[in-house]
Amino acid sequence: MRNLPSVILLSIVLGFSGSVMAAGGNVHLDKAPGDLTDTESLKRGAQAFADNCLSCHAADYMRYNRIGRDLGWTDLEVTEKLINTRGADGEKTKVGELMKIAMDNDYSSVAFGTKIPGLTVTARAKGADWLYTYLRTFYLDDSRPTGMNNLAFADVGMPHVLWEKQGLQKAIFKTEKGEDGNDKHIFEKMEIVQAGTMSVEEYDAYVGDLVNFMVYMGEPMQLERKSLGIKVLIFLFIFAIVAYMLKKEYWKDVH
Amino acid sequence: MTTDGADLAKRRFLTNTTAVIGAVGAGFVAVPFLSSWAPSERAKTAGAPVEVDISKLVEGQLLTVEWRGKPVWIIKRTEQNLSDLPTLDDALRDPASENDQQPTYAQNATRSIKPHVAVMVGICTHLGCSPTYRPEMGAADLGGADWKGGFFCPCHGSTFDLAGRVYSGVPAPLNLEIPPHFYKSERTILIGEDGGAA
Amino acid sequence: MFKSLMTWVDDRFPATKMWNEHLAEYYAPKNFNFWYFFGSLALLVLVIQIISGIFLTMHYKPDGAMAFASVEYIMRDVPYGWLIRYIHSTGATAFFVVVYLHMFRGLMYGSFKKPRELVWLFGMFIYLALMAEAFMGYLLPWGQMSFWGAQVIISLFGALPIIGEPLTLWIRGDFVISDATLNRFFALHVIALPIVLLGLVVAHIIALHEVGSNNPEGVEIKKHKDENGIPLDGIPFHPYYSVKDIVGVIVFLMFFSLVLFFAPEGGGYLLEHANFIPSDPLKTPEHIAPVWYFTPFYAILRAVPDKLMGVIAMGAAIVVLFLLPWIDQCKVKSVRYRGLSFKILLTVFIISFIALGRLGMLPATPFLTLLSQIFSVLYFGFFIALYFTSKNEKTKPVPERITK
Repeated sequence: MRNLPSVILLSIVLGFSGSVMAAGGNVHLDKAPGDLTDTESLKRGAQAFADNCLSCHAADYMRYNRIGRDLGWTDLEVTEKLINTRGADGEKTKVGELMKIAMDNDYSSVAFGTKIPGLTVTARAKGADWLYTYLRTFYLDDSRPTGMNNLAFADVGMPHVLWEKQGLQKAIFKTEKGEDGNDKHIFEKMEIVQAGTMSVEEYDAYVGDLVNFMVYMGEPMQLERKSLGIKVLIFLFIFAIVAYMLKKEYWKDVH
Repeated sequence: MTTDGADLAKRRFLTNTTAVIGAVGAGFVAVPFLSSWAPSERAKTAGAPVEVDISKLVEGQLLTVEWRGKPVWIIKRTEQNLSDLPTLDDALRDPASENDQQPTYAQNATRSIKPHVAVMVGICTHLGCSPTYRPEMGAADLGGADWKGGFFCPCHGSTFDLAGRVYSGVPAPLNLEIPPHFYKSERTILIGEDGGAA
Repeated sequence: MFKSLMTWVDDRFPATKMWNEHLAEYYAPKNFNFWYFFGSLALLVLVIQIISGIFLTMHYKPDGAMAFASVEYIMRDVPYGWLIRYIHSTGATAFFVVVYLHMFRGLMYGSFKKPRELVWLFGMFIYLALMAEAFMGYLLPWGQMSFWGAQVIISLFGALPIIGEPLTLWIRGDFVISDATLNRFFALHVIALPIVLLGLVVAHIIALHEVGSNNPEGVEIKKHKDENGIPLDGIPFHPYYSVKDIVGVIVFLMFFSLVLFFAPEGGGYLLEHANFIPSDPLKTPEHIAPVWYFTPFYAILRAVPDKLMGVIAMGAAIVVLFLLPWIDQCKVKSVRYRGLSFKILLTVFIISFIALGRLGMLPATPFLTLLSQIFSVLYFGFFIALYFTSKNEKTKPVPERITK
C-alpha cells in the first residue's frame, strides 16, 4: 500500500489525458498551419479578416490599435489598412475603438435567420482546425438557399464569401453500409467546378493566415503569457532550492 | 528531537535568504494586481485627444468640452481682458506661472499659445470642484471694481483671473491647469496632444 | 523594543498565546508524509482565490447584457487582467485537486475517526460550500456552458415532488436562467459563500488543534508525553512544518504555474470551449458536461434512469461521506495496519470515483451508462461493505509510538 499514492496519481493523470470531443462532431478536421510568432502571416491574416469578415461579423472585444501594437503597425497604418467603418459623426472609426460593425443584429436576424456571431473568441470556441476546415470545405448544394453547404458546418447559413478566390467545388460522397446496417454518406473528395482567382495552395495559405490571425485574436496575450510563465518557473525553481536547504537544515533536529 | 549542535549561523542565513526571496516573490505578485488599477485600454480610448472647432467662438464666449472626463474650457478673450491681465499681477499667488501647471509653450503672460484664446482645465486646484465663469467686470460680490473677470469656485471661494491664475488669499494653491494642446489648423485645436511642440 | 510592544499587545490581545497554540507550540507528529501538504495548500489556494477574486470583481459586470463582454474586457483591456482571471480559473481547479487529495488522505489514514469526527464534519461542510461556490462562480462568465450547466443543475431541484417547480422558479428568479439569476449568484459567490467558507475553515482548524493531528501511522502522539507534557513523537509546527510547507507551497506553485501559463484552458476541461460562446437561451451546446470536479456525482445522477431517484442518489453520494466516521467502525486508523478487506475496498472506491469522474465528462451512450451504473454501485458498495466488514476486520498490531 506504500505505492498507492503513485498508482492513484497515475490513474488521475491517465483519466484526464483523453481529448475533449471536437466541436464539429465526427467530421475529419484538417490541421491548421498556425504560427503566432510569424507576424507577417498574422498581418496578412488581419488584412484578410478586415477585408472579408469584418463587414458582417464584428470582433467586438478586440481593439484595432492592439493589432497594430502587437503586430507592428502604426496607428495610421492600422486606420488605413483595417478600418472601413465610420462613427455616428461620419468620421472614420477611431483606432482605439472596438472592432464593431455597422449592421445591427435585428437586421441580420431577419436576413440570415440567426444573429451573426462576433468572431473575437471564435477560435477558442471552435478551434483552429475547425475554422481551417470550415473555410475550405464549402461545396455546391442546390437544396440550400445560398446554393452552398459545408462539410464542417452542415446546413450553414453563411454564404461562401471567399468563393471568388477559391472557386466553386463539388463534394463527392460514397455510400457505405454503416455498422447499424443503414446506408451512410461518406465524404470522399472535392472537385473544382469553376476555378477561382487563387490556386489551391494559395487559397489554403490565405485561409491559414486568416485562421492564424483569429487564433491570435482569441487570446492576444498568448506569447506574453508563455514567456512570463518561463520566468516565473525559473524564479520558483531557485526559491525551491533555497527553501529545501532551509528545510533540510531544520530537520536535522528531528530523529 | 534535539536542537543541540545545530549550526545556528547557517540556519539564520538560510532563513534570511528564504525570507528575502519570498519577499521579492510577493513583490512580483503584487505588480499585476496593482497595475490592474491603471487606466484600461477602454479608459485610454475614452481619454483620447479631442478635436475642437473654434471658428464660431465669439469674444467673451466660453466653450466647454470634455477631455478625459474633465471639463476643458476654451475662452476667447477680448483686447480689454488681455490688457487687464498684467495689472492683476500683484494680487496673484503665481503671476508668472512658475509652478508646473502648464506646458512650456503656455508659460507666458497670457498662459496660451495664441493670446486671445485660452485653453484650460476647468477644475479648481483646491479640491476638484469646477469653478463658474464670471466674465462681468466689477462684480459686486467679487471685490467690486477690482474684479476684471475670471472664475469663482462655489465650493470654497477660490478665485482665478481670465488666464486661470489664482488670486492670493484663497484656498486654491495653484493656477488652473493648461492641458497639452495644439492648433491643427487656424480653426481647430486638438486637446490632449502637444503636436510635437513640447 | 519589539518585546515591550508585544507585551503591550499581549495584555490586550492574546497574540503570543495564539501564535504558540497554533504554531510554535502546536505539536504535530514528526512523521507527516507527502499527503500532509494538502491541508496547508488548501489554505493557500483559498487565499489565492480570495485575492484574485476581489480584483476580478473590480472589473466584472454581473449583468446579463454585459457579463460576457466584461470578462473579455478583463482579458484584454485591463492591465494584467488576463493573469488575474487565469489565476482565479486555475485556482478553482487547484482548489478541488488539493481538497480531493486532502480528503483521500483522511480516508486512507483514518483521520475522520474518534476523536476527529468534528474535524471531518467541518471539512465536509467546507467541501459542500466549495461546491456551491464553484458552481455559482461558473455561471459568471456567462458563456454557453455557464448558462446550460446552471440550467441543468437548477432543474435538478425540479425533481422534488410538489415544491420542485416553484423552487426552481424561486432560485432562478425567472422562467429561465437570466440576469436575475446571474446577479444573485454573483452576490452569493463573492460575499455570502466566502464568509461561510472562512468561518468553516477557522472551525476546521480550531477543532483539529484541539484534538491534535493524526499521522500516517494512525497512533495518538498525546499518549506518550515527556515530563513537560510535550508529546515525545511531536515536533513544534513552527519552525519544522512551516519550513517544510514552504517547500510544498513552492512545488505546488510550480504545477500551478504550468497550468496557468501554458495550459489555462486545460484542453477544454478547465475552461470549456463552448464557454467562449456567449450564453444563448435558444441554443443548447451539443454536449454539456460539468467541470471535472463535479463529474463523479453527475455520472451517478445520469446512471439512475429516474429523475427523482437520480437526484436522490447524487445527494446520497455526498451525504454518505458525512457519515463516514460512523460507517467505519474499525478501531485501527491507518491503512498501514488495517486488514486486506479495507485495502481492497479503498482501492475499488478510488477507482470508482475516478472512473465516474471520467464517465461524467463523456456523452451518455448505453454502454457508458452501464459502466456508470456499475461504478455507482461500487461507490455505494464501498460504504455498505465497510459498515459490515470494519467491525471484525483482521488488523495488524498498531505500534505504541511512531518508530522510524
